[in-house]
Amino acid sequence: MRRTLTEKLLAAHAVSGEAKTGSIVQCRVDLALANDITAPLAVKSFRAMGATQVFDKNKVALVMDHFTPNRDIASAEQVRGVREFAREMGVVHYYEGGDCGVEHALLPELGLVGPGDVVVGADSHTCTYGALGAFATGMGSTDVAGAMVLGETWFKVPGAIRVTIKGELAPWVGAKDLILRLIGEIGVAGARYRALEFDGPVVDDLSVEGRMTMANMAIEAGGKVGLFAADDKTLEYCAAHNRPGAEKIAADEGAEYEREIIIDVTGMTPRVAVPHLPENVKGVEECKGTTIDQVVIGSCTNGRIEDLREAATVLGGRKVSKNVRAIILPATPKIWQQAMDEGLFSVFMDAGCVVGPPTCGPCLGGHMGILGKGERAIATTNRNFKGRMGHLESEVYLAGPAVAAASAVAGEIVHPDAL
Amino acid sequence: MSAPIRGTAHTLGDHIDTDAIIPATYLVSTDPMELGKYCMAGMDPDWVNHVKEGDIIVAGENFGCGSSREHAPLAILGAGVKVVIAKSFARIFYRNGFNMGLTLLEVGDAADEINAGDVLSVDPAAGTITNETTGKTIECMPVPPFMQEILNKGGLVGYVRDRLENRAG
Repeated sequence: MRRTLTEKLLAAHAVSGEAKTGSIVQCRVDLALANDITAPLAVKSFRAMGATQVFDKNKVALVMDHFTPNRDIASAEQVRGVREFAREMGVVHYYEGGDCGVEHALLPELGLVGPGDVVVGADSHTCTYGALGAFATGMGSTDVAGAMVLGETWFKVPGAIRVTIKGELAPWVGAKDLILRLIGEIGVAGARYRALEFDGPVVDDLSVEGRMTMANMAIEAGGKVGLFAADDKTLEYCAAHNRPGAEKIAADEGAEYEREIIIDVTGMTPRVAVPHLPENVKGVEECKGTTIDQVVIGSCTNGRIEDLREAATVLGGRKVSKNVRAIILPATPKIWQQAMDEGLFSVFMDAGCVVGPPTCGPCLGGHMGILGKGERAIATTNRNFKGRMGHLESEVYLAGPAVAAASAVAGEIVHPDAL
Repeated sequence: MSAPIRGTAHTLGDHIDTDAIIPATYLVSTDPMELGKYCMAGMDPDWVNHVKEGDIIVAGENFGCGSSREHAPLAILGAGVKVVIAKSFARIFYRNGFNMGLTLLEVGDAADEINAGDVLSVDPAAGTITNETTGKTIECMPVPPFMQEILNKGGLVGYVRDRLENRAG
């Protein structure tokens, strides 16, 4: 049988059931993940299950990245509870202070996820690891608690949608624009209960980090997973990030897909998702004259080094508008260090940006960049739901790092070429 | 599965996301009663004041899209709602709902036949929703057998507890 990448990955982990589209299969998991918002509930469920140990101390990751550095007493108490659980269980991969970053940037960097893995996380953007050829999907806390106890979970094998991307990318158009384009075309429920499998020459040319940006937002189309084949680039990434011996994996030629979508990106301008859904996608030129109060460059979508380099290229020698707060959050300590070593922080500081620690804070209206009534932000994050970044009467526009940086300078949403 | 559940319908639109159901700022609690106070606060902070114990949410497409936060079904349960009927559910929310003991019924466009204020009698076991106000009956999708097994164990906590006991035995 010729199999999709989805079927292949699940079949390799099946302990019972047959991994074919539509069937329910019980699978081993290679990593179970939770964060400071979802782990407290997972710990509660774990105890209620009567469990006394995790299935493997090396295969559980607890990353305190959302409300940290702790924004208030309540979040400090949540983190304290998770930290105590981690110590009690001997969890090896607990991250909180100077070793902590935004989980979906941190775990690939540490080599904790890689090609062929099955990963479950109590965070919807766990699908990011699909960029490495891993079947990775978000679940609730109790589901992840079950996986932490049993080392297994169940999946309904999703039908797959093949997305082939071809054509020539224009300058300043990148991975974020590709995924926004797709979500704009199929809608926020367009891949509901489905796997997205990406291929084509444009995808082949993308960096692994760029593929992570795309896989990250599979959930924004309702997808269970956003998958890329593990190719030479993936293996190079793994070798450089503490994951030696990774192997290539791809869908079989002629595998059967539920639907095939071909996107030609030739002539496409940068994309912007306007409030209040990620499917409200327009060309940047259609947003002309939209004034902004805040820019956020960071998050599990676009807080990696190539994103910061792109922002610095635009901001170099320029000043952020007096009317704008521009917040830059490198996603991990390693990215932070690298950005500093490369001199990117000088560029950001000279331009008048705020450079903060790695945190998910502003993306979900947690802390370090909350919007007040009537305020408008353009962000490299992944969601622009009503009230997502603060006040119910605030607005979030989503874009890639180049457009976000250019908009910080202009004080309104603009194409970088328009500066 | 449980006996028929009777309640008054509260209607909502399409793509009600988890930030609408429970905004992130309230995620410093895991207590359903505390979370319930802010149910739907991301859509309308006053919504919860119009909901009473036993009411039923009737929503459009893709209900629960967005975050994996289990606080979303907990907030709904905390607000006194035990059943959500929708045209369709987002995947993670669907799974979380069953794991938390929130009954979810996917009915497609038939959801349009229910108006705010209608009194519904829902029989999850039979897969029927009787609208006592209009007299119409809606057939709904059966709960998949594997999920019935989880429900029969009292949710996922009971299911895993059972597996652990069998292992030990």
